[in-house]
Amino acid sequence: MTTFQVPTLAQMTAEGKAPEVLFWVGCAGSFDDRAKKITKAMAKILHHTGISYAVLGTEEGCTGDPAKRAGNEFLFQMQAMMNIQVLNGYEVKHIVTTCPHCFNTLKNEYPELGGNYHVEHHSQFLNRLLKEGRLKIEGGSFKGKKITFHDPCYLGRANDEYEAPRALLEKLDVSLKEMRRCKQNGLCCGAGGSQMFKEAEKGTAEINHVRADEAMETGAEIVVAGCPFCNTMLTDGVKNREKEDQVQVLDLAEMIALAEDL
Amino acid sequence: MTYLPNILFIAALATAIAVFARKAGRIRKNIGLGKDTDRSDRPSDRLQNMLRVAFGQSKMQARPVAGALHFIVYVSFLIINIEVLEIIVDGIFGTHRAFAPFLGKAYAPIISAFEVLAVLTVIAVLIFWWRRNVSKLDRFHKPEMKGWAFTDANNILYIELVLMFAFLNMNALEANFSDAHHSFLISQYIAPLWSGASEWGLHFGERLFWWVHILGIFAFLNYLPYSKHFHIILAFPNTYYANLEAKGRFENNATVTKEVAMMMDPTADPFAAPAADTDAPIERFGAKDANDLSWANLLNAYTCTECGRCTSECPANLTGKKLSPRKIMMDTRDRIEEIGVNIAANGSFVDDGRSLLGDYITNEELWACTSCNACVQACPVDIDPLNIIMKLRNFATMEESSAPGALNAMMTNVENNGAPWPFNQMDRANWINE
Repeated sequence: MTTFQVPTLAQMTAEGKAPEVLFWVGCAGSFDDRAKKITKAMAKILHHTGISYAVLGTEEGCTGDPAKRAGNEFLFQMQAMMNIQVLNGYEVKHIVTTCPHCFNTLKNEYPELGGNYHVEHHSQFLNRLLKEGRLKIEGGSFKGKKITFHDPCYLGRANDEYEAPRALLEKLDVSLKEMRRCKQNGLCCGAGGSQMFKEAEKGTAEINHVRADEAMETGAEIVVAGCPFCNTMLTDGVKNREKEDQVQVLDLAEMIALAEDL
Repeated sequence: MTYLPNILFIAALATAIAVFARKAGRIRKNIGLGKDTDRSDRPSDRLQNMLRVAFGQSKMQARPVAGALHFIVYVSFLIINIEVLEIIVDGIFGTHRAFAPFLGKAYAPIISAFEVLAVLTVIAVLIFWWRRNVSKLDRFHKPEMKGWAFTDANNILYIELVLMFAFLNMNALEANFSDAHHSFLISQYIAPLWSGASEWGLHFGERLFWWVHILGIFAFLNYLPYSKHFHIILAFPNTYYANLEAKGRFENNATVTKEVAMMMDPTADPFAAPAADTDAPIERFGAKDANDLSWANLLNAYTCTECGRCTSECPANLTGKKLSPRKIMMDTRDRIEEIGVNIAANGSFVDDGRSLLGDYITNEELWACTSCNACVQACPVDIDPLNIIMKLRNFATMEESSAPGALNAMMTNVENNGAPWPFNQMDRANWINE
């Protein structure tokens, strides 16, 4: 249980207040047990910085990303229009999310349908707060720890953001070991394009196992991801080698929350 | 009689250009079978992209060995074309080395530089041949590379070798003429091989290689439209008309937008008479066949030179799935060619009971894609296989309801409770108090 109040946009609006930023939690962040920890870590950071934020709570719905990637344009646009009505109704201007899929859809596919917001992935948002001096990170507990970063496809190749997550990690004084395939050449975790929700086609290996192996080959003690789906896939890949006692899979938000002892 | 070579040359030149133009026109027509898409925005960004990616080969260099070798062949091709221009002038007017008097002292160094490029090209081509046939790079030996695709790739290497061989020997023979005016950097070392020949033999050989070289170039020009090697031309328009938006942005279907807007409009009359234009053919959602794709998709397909960088980066292919982005492009090209032949034979398209999805691309390939954009990133000429895959999925899901069962279940959840899993919408904020 969070020890502080997480405000919903409905509450804030009722009090006549408008938050600086809307924290878009996403479906994984709301319902998946592992991803909920990422959501809580992000909420802790937001609370800690004292920034005025809110969540939509029960008024949030799937962005439609998995439906669109599964070919169902109709369902995608239904979801989009419903969300846009809610967001526009609250006059939301600025959104931050811990899910690169929500980030990509809100940022790139909503504007044409009438949803125009300044959308940031939490790595970009937190990095900006750092630069503006509104967030301070002391890298104490992770100093010198060997870690590697897995680029989520929908943050990296899809939106050309490779530096923000690395800039955050640098602040934590970790020793970043890049995988052979990283940044533009990063290998997918295997979850994108709605693969998260189905069995893989017949093949010789599982994509997430291959990617987790590549991450572990760097000798990293912590594999950092910036996406709840990548997190699940990589965690599964680490378990596949029975390395879960030696190798942790953490989100950027969790790294910062842990470093700050939040 | 003295004008016979000129006449023969002009006839060969005119035929080569006419036949090429005819075939190129057919390909242009085939590309035009695609649906319209607007790529007329941001002309200066487009030009820059073309200069950087096609002219400057920026994305080729992601793989340094192939990138460097390709750069040699590419530069050599561009520059040796100046020599070809001289050959054409000579051929038409019956001159010999028409540019020499104008260039004066600079002529020999320039031709020598061309010769150096020719030698470098021969080396690069031999290494390319080695990589394909001896060291057998994995990406050149995927299932879609059997048969014509493999033969075609080697044919191009052989043609290039013949052209360079003819060019160097033509100069080497001339160096042996009793009244030789020219001696060039590389061919002077080949010259002794021919020194035993008679004066007549030297002149005959020089003419022979001259003709082999130029007729070889004409033949090469006309081989291009039947070959993957057409990329040397289409890479330029393809990069100009490339998608410049963020790779994660998938286009929204405008027809669906209209329908959804109507559904969500409480004042809309569900029983209103349909609009007057009901004669318009009912538009298919997504793509079933190659002509349901956009012209940009089809231009992509004709531009593909089957290098396989996309496939070698594809997570599905890397883990043994059937999906190969290169095969998606080859299938699209082969199918639109088939449709083009059908139209040419029948006046308009006659249903042949075949389609891109089903007869060329299977559901197993289609559903293995993770939409990770690795193929798009890898393509040195900005081809986008993912866009085609998504259009095929649109058709499979919206028109045929043939998406994998697990995805249908996921979509039912999104529809009923706003999440891909069967959780209650009202439990969305439970994490706050857990």
